[in-house]
Amino acid sequence: MIAIIDYKAGNLTSVARAISHLGYPVEVTHDIDRIRSAERVIFPGVGAAGSAMNNLQELGLDKIIQEVYDAKKPVLGICLGTQIIFKESEEDNGTSCLGIVPGRVKKFPEPLMEDNKKLKIPHMGWNRVEFQGDHPVFADLDPEFEYYFVHAYYPEVEESAQDIIAGTTLYGFRFTSAVAMNNLVAVQFHPEKSGKGGLKILDNFCQWRPSC
Amino acid sequence: MLSKRLIPCLDVREGKTTKGIKFKNNVEIGDPVVMAKFYYEHGADELVFYDITASSDKRDIMIDVVRRTAEEIFIPFSVGGGIRTVEDMRKVLLAGAEKVSVNSAAVKNPDVIGEGAEAFGSQCIVLGMDVKKVEVSDTIPSGYEIVINGGRKYMGIDALQWALDGERRGAGEICLNSIDADGTKAGYEMELTSLISNAVNIPVIASGGAGTPEHIRAVLAEANADAALIASMTHFGEYTVRGIKEYMHEKNINTRMAW
Repeated sequence: MIAIIDYKAGNLTSVARAISHLGYPVEVTHDIDRIRSAERVIFPGVGAAGSAMNNLQELGLDKIIQEVYDAKKPVLGICLGTQIIFKESEEDNGTSCLGIVPGRVKKFPEPLMEDNKKLKIPHMGWNRVEFQGDHPVFADLDPEFEYYFVHAYYPEVEESAQDIIAGTTLYGFRFTSAVAMNNLVAVQFHPEKSGKGGLKILDNFCQWRPSC
Repeated sequence: MLSKRLIPCLDVREGKTTKGIKFKNNVEIGDPVVMAKFYYEHGADELVFYDITASSDKRDIMIDVVRRTAEEIFIPFSVGGGIRTVEDMRKVLLAGAEKVSVNSAAVKNPDVIGEGAEAFGSQCIVLGMDVKKVEVSDTIPSGYEIVINGGRKYMGIDALQWALDGERRGAGEICLNSIDADGTKAGYEMELTSLISNAVNIPVIASGGAGTPEHIRAVLAEANADAALIASMTHFGEYTVRGIKEYMHEKNINTRMAW
């Protein structure tokens, strides 16, 4: 069973629907035992980092991501879920996060310029991801595929850990849009809303056997 | 680089599309779920359902359409029409829509924008604006006025001020519909789109007036729209999403070309 962690951070049914559509058993849950017994775990979410961290703490879920990560289960972070697994975020006047991934989450600078045009924030819509390396979760993707993004903050991996960057995206500058670290992968975009390319990533994740 | 979005809009009344879509084989399909799936498979970047069901006791039919659509398509889609309260929004979002659009309800009760953004996040809340060109005046300094009821009722609100107000209140996106251009197939309202899109820092979807791929190129490239809404251009087989995108691509508009 694949557990989607429910911590009241937006509508998580779309991720569950995509996983079901691919034919895998899935459960949206905040029950810690169900999460522990899952074969793999998805940590999604939309909204703000501060309230998300509060919700995790209130539900007693702030340690479970680290626990399933340490247990070598495949973990997938999506959007806010991805941001929360970094050390800290600039959102909500600075939020201390889970600290699994070395790095921090920053607000897009304003004005953000590209080709002499002011870009809008949030970064909303379809954009490309330049995947690096040959990670199995990002295998067999048409390089022309694009992915659906909605975010005003972006992750920045620490200097000393640049090898965990698995994909980058251009919006005013090149930011990290995918990371891969042992049995964890995390993406800034929404694979569940990114058409066939996104479904392929979810399918790859559901079959992934991390070698660590 | 971010792609400009091409967004087909489907009008739905009591669970059926009001005008059947006519594809190349001239088969008419009145089921919005089938149409949505067709557009998903043929490269639409996003979809809009506009519920024009008149009686409120039949509105739950739309929820069923949303639920069935969400099982079939894996791109964002929004639902507008008849959304008045946070509870209306919740129903549509839980059924699987990515976004809800509020229009006249927000004009009558602007607080609903902030309440929706607070409950679900700004990225879920689209402010729909119906606009008509009027004489410049003290109340309407931009020369564009907010209208409701399909343009029959003038609200005495300046469109530019309303857009800025909507953004401040927490709208995540604006769907800007020119009542003057709507249905003309003579092109989008370029001046209005440019005015609003350059003033706000949230994405603007241009709506009303699309007749040719060149109209779409123009509004995206010259009026700074982030997305273009289309309806009759593709519903009746005159153009395809791919064909329009190939034209955009040729004219150096960033657009998603693989799906």
